[in-house]
Amino acid sequence: MTVTPHRGGLIILATFVLALILTSLPLPESIRPFRPAWCSLVLIYWCMAAPQRVGVGVGWSVGLLVDVMTNTLLGQHAMELAITAFITIKLHQRIRLFPLWQQAVGILLLLLLEQLLSTIVMGAIHQPASALSYWASPFVGMLLWPWIYIILRDLRRRFKVS
Amino acid sequence: MAAAVLVSLLMMVVDQRENHLESLRSTLSVVVAPLQQIASLPASSGAWLSETLSSRQRLQEENQALRKLNLKLKGQQQKLVALEAENMRLRDLLDSSLKIGDQILIAELIAIDLDPYKQQVVINRGGNSGVFEGQAVLDADAVLGQVVRVAPFSSTVLMITDPSHALPVEVNRNGLRTIAMGTGRINELELPHLPNNSDIQVGDLLVTSGLGGRFPPGYPVAEITQVVNKPGQPFAHILAKPSANLERAHEVLLVRTLTAPPAVTEGTP
Repeated sequence: MTVTPHRGGLIILATFVLALILTSLPLPESIRPFRPAWCSLVLIYWCMAAPQRVGVGVGWSVGLLVDVMTNTLLGQHAMELAITAFITIKLHQRIRLFPLWQQAVGILLLLLLEQLLSTIVMGAIHQPASALSYWASPFVGMLLWPWIYIILRDLRRRFKVS
Repeated sequence: MAAAVLVSLLMMVVDQRENHLESLRSTLSVVVAPLQQIASLPASSGAWLSETLSSRQRLQEENQALRKLNLKLKGQQQKLVALEAENMRLRDLLDSSLKIGDQILIAELIAIDLDPYKQQVVINRGGNSGVFEGQAVLDADAVLGQVVRVAPFSSTVLMITDPSHALPVEVNRNGLRTIAMGTGRINELELPHLPNNSDIQVGDLLVTSGLGGRFPPGYPVAEITQVVNKPGQPFAHILAKPSANLERAHEVLLVRTLTAPPAVTEGTP
């Protein structure tokens, strides 16, 4: 077994920073519920493409930053992203071989799971999100997945992230 | 994985029930603050551009309008001074605690989005400017909310329409006291604890009653928009519309009530 040095950590960091910025970019009140979970999408990609670099720990830390940024309960997004990272890493060999649209459906399931965990947490602290639009964000994420995948893949190849 | 989930669950419980994690949150907010600054750039630079590129004529018009408004406000202020003096005299007669006045700090909203299911905003003043937790926040028209979290250079404001927020108010017309609860919908407050026969009408102005100790008394809050009496129910269904521009405010005022220290009477332990 040869030890290959890690490369392109900065690129991974930069994509997460961009995702965090997009998470708090102001949007008009009416389309705010439709904001996709940028951090989850980026995390899922890196867990699939570079599972030796990005995993549960990174997911948890990014989730904690999301919690601070959006002022939710500390640990809410951390838990969701850690679970997402875990499932993605378990299945990454399989998901990588799927065609893009099938991948997108898989991503939808992951994002819906995250959203479900969020509802449970928010329900437990008596702040239920009642609107139906609450469930729209995972679908937006699914529609965006092919583009995110292609962009991040090109970035990865260009900078030879491994 | 199991460890991460366990730690997260533990943190959520502690964060919900205790205040031990505030230091962790403020440490991490130092990391996050620059990102929030970048996220707010498009909105703030848009405002800067529209101000810089606006025509001379528009600026003159705006200037004129502001001058007129200033004159009008000054006129009202003249009366206020006399009224305040009278109020002080009357309070002296009643021997009640002396209210010196409210100190006001102006802050600007930082254009970033927080959790869409909580009604919160971030302002650009924090502990370094003397902001404290629980401080009342107003906009130009009415009460907006209260400070719930203070970082060194920014703080988070919970708006009065958040479902977890309740505000002691009274009806300006007759002094009827009640509590206005947030509904989670911007532009709607609910008054759930008023019986069917209470004296309240559509159009009544609600002002803060000052009973909770958080908000100074006498600031406008909302206007009643709907009163429905259901004969079978013990309480009336009453809705109100906040007078503050909750979704359009750019600048807010942080109020600190100055009260004279209680007079020390001799002989009492």
